[in-house]
Amino acid sequence: MNKIGSYTKKVIKHFQKPHNYGRMKNPDGVGKVGNPICGDVMWLYIKVEKDKKGREVIKDIKFETFGCVAAIATSSVITDLAKEKTLEEATKIDREEIVKSLGGLPPIKVHCSILAAGALAEAIYDYLSKNKRKIPKKLQEKHQQIEKEKKEIKKKYKEWIEIEEKMHKK
Amino acid sequence: MAKRRKIYLDYAATTPVDPGVTRAMLPYFSKKFGNAASLYSFGQEAKQALEKSRERVSNLMGAKPNEIIFTSSATESNNLALKGVALARRSLGGGGFANHIIISSIEHPCIMESAKWLESQGFEITRLPVDKYGLVDPKDVERAIKKGTILVSIIHASNETGTIQPIEEMGKICRRSGVYFHTDAVQSFGKIPIDVNKMNIDLLSASSHKMYGPKGVACLFIREGTKIEPILHGGGQESGLRSSTVNVPGIVGFAQACKITQKEMKKENKRLTKLRDKLIKGVLQKIEGAHLNGHPRKRLPNNANFWFEFVEGESMVIQLDLLGIAVSTGSACSSVKLEPSHVLLAIGLKREQAHGSLRLTLGRWTTEKEINYVLKVLPGIIKNLRKISPFKGGKHE
Repeated sequence: MNKIGSYTKKVIKHFQKPHNYGRMKNPDGVGKVGNPICGDVMWLYIKVEKDKKGREVIKDIKFETFGCVAAIATSSVITDLAKEKTLEEATKIDREEIVKSLGGLPPIKVHCSILAAGALAEAIYDYLSKNKRKIPKKLQEKHQQIEKEKKEIKKKYKEWIEIEEKMHKK
Repeated sequence: MAKRRKIYLDYAATTPVDPGVTRAMLPYFSKKFGNAASLYSFGQEAKQALEKSRERVSNLMGAKPNEIIFTSSATESNNLALKGVALARRSLGGGGFANHIIISSIEHPCIMESAKWLESQGFEITRLPVDKYGLVDPKDVERAIKKGTILVSIIHASNETGTIQPIEEMGKICRRSGVYFHTDAVQSFGKIPIDVNKMNIDLLSASSHKMYGPKGVACLFIREGTKIEPILHGGGQESGLRSSTVNVPGIVGFAQACKITQKEMKKENKRLTKLRDKLIKGVLQKIEGAHLNGHPRKRLPNNANFWFEFVEGESMVIQLDLLGIAVSTGSACSSVKLEPSHVLLAIGLKREQAHGSLRLTLGRWTTEKEINYVLKVLPGIIKNLRKISPFKGGKHE
């Protein structure tokens, strides 16, 4: 048996035992994204440190996802892909790379990989803007797109999000 | 690989064919294979089986045999009911007066889509709302009926929430107003008693594969004297209402399924209701943030439908599948349209709530042991998914 439902074994493996899930205390950057169409929500946290060469590297990464099998698997795999990468390298992780590293996704679930890539981009954007750094043009464009979608999601999950935001502040 | 446990709890999707049904069908494939329309003895043998089957199916709903038309699916039956009546009555109305049809907002897609198509052809459709349990108010039916209303079609029991409608009352209202009353009884036929006369039903759709018969067979009850046009034209089988060579083995199987269920319904209802209530009680007790969808009592004896806070339906379905348990969800993530179930939205669930829905439907081979196993594993599955979810209702470990 190579597939469960329409998912590859790799997807199921990540789904059953996701890597790096949970909330991070005092993250350096947070990316909160949601898919306004299907309703999935993904929050991603990063810790950034400088390596020996002085480059900024994602030292730790965690995610929290409310969504389907594909949403959870793509969240898990992107944390693997991004860990120990420089910010510049991590920014380049795209949907194709995510889908490829999962051995494929059903066509209707490809949007989940876009969500994961968006969450990482947002976390890096958040880190850069917090530290008043120059933000690459590509990242800025992505951010503007995501902001639009976020408004939709906020409307949908207003109560749930408010409870969690309070928790973040504690 | 270790032998996988297999627990089927999706009887509302389809059922296995009862071995007694298979046995009854077998002779009609290769031995008694005749075309029921042929004059010679092969054909007459098939014709006899067909008519005997018609009698058995009609018996289970208190109808006359000649009021049963066999079709290929519930979708076909429902299409025939809506379009057939619409076309027949429109020609009576003259000048487009008789063109109004009333349905509910929780119908099966084959009614929803047929109505939408009729709308595009100039018919007027009213879609009645439901309350939080998924019940249509008969008074709403009464209020919606006007001059030019030709048909009311309300689902008997919801395929999603299992809620059973007060169709007897609706039937009475329709009869009084001279409007045809159709009910989609696909989920209820064979599970709870139905009497088309007592319930004032003019048309009723039922399907074989939801009640331990084969797939590919269904029927439409059409009360004698009801004006209806065929949608399939050809050799004039089934009193000219459904041209096609009749599917004798399938129909024989459907009839046998009716015979078995007629004998066992009362006892089986009691057994399933007990198991269902154990499941519902157990889930609501053991799992925080679990809610029942549908009416607590006015529901099919085999249906339990929940929504769970902060988790998504497809994730639960696949986790359960990995443990050998088959159930279904109304979440957007499982649908090709990425839209949550229209039924769950109609009963007032928000999108994120419908997102976490789970339907478990029990059947003839469901055991208490299986229910116990589900109650044992489900809380852990939901707990683990909540650990991954950003939403936890503010409860963090």
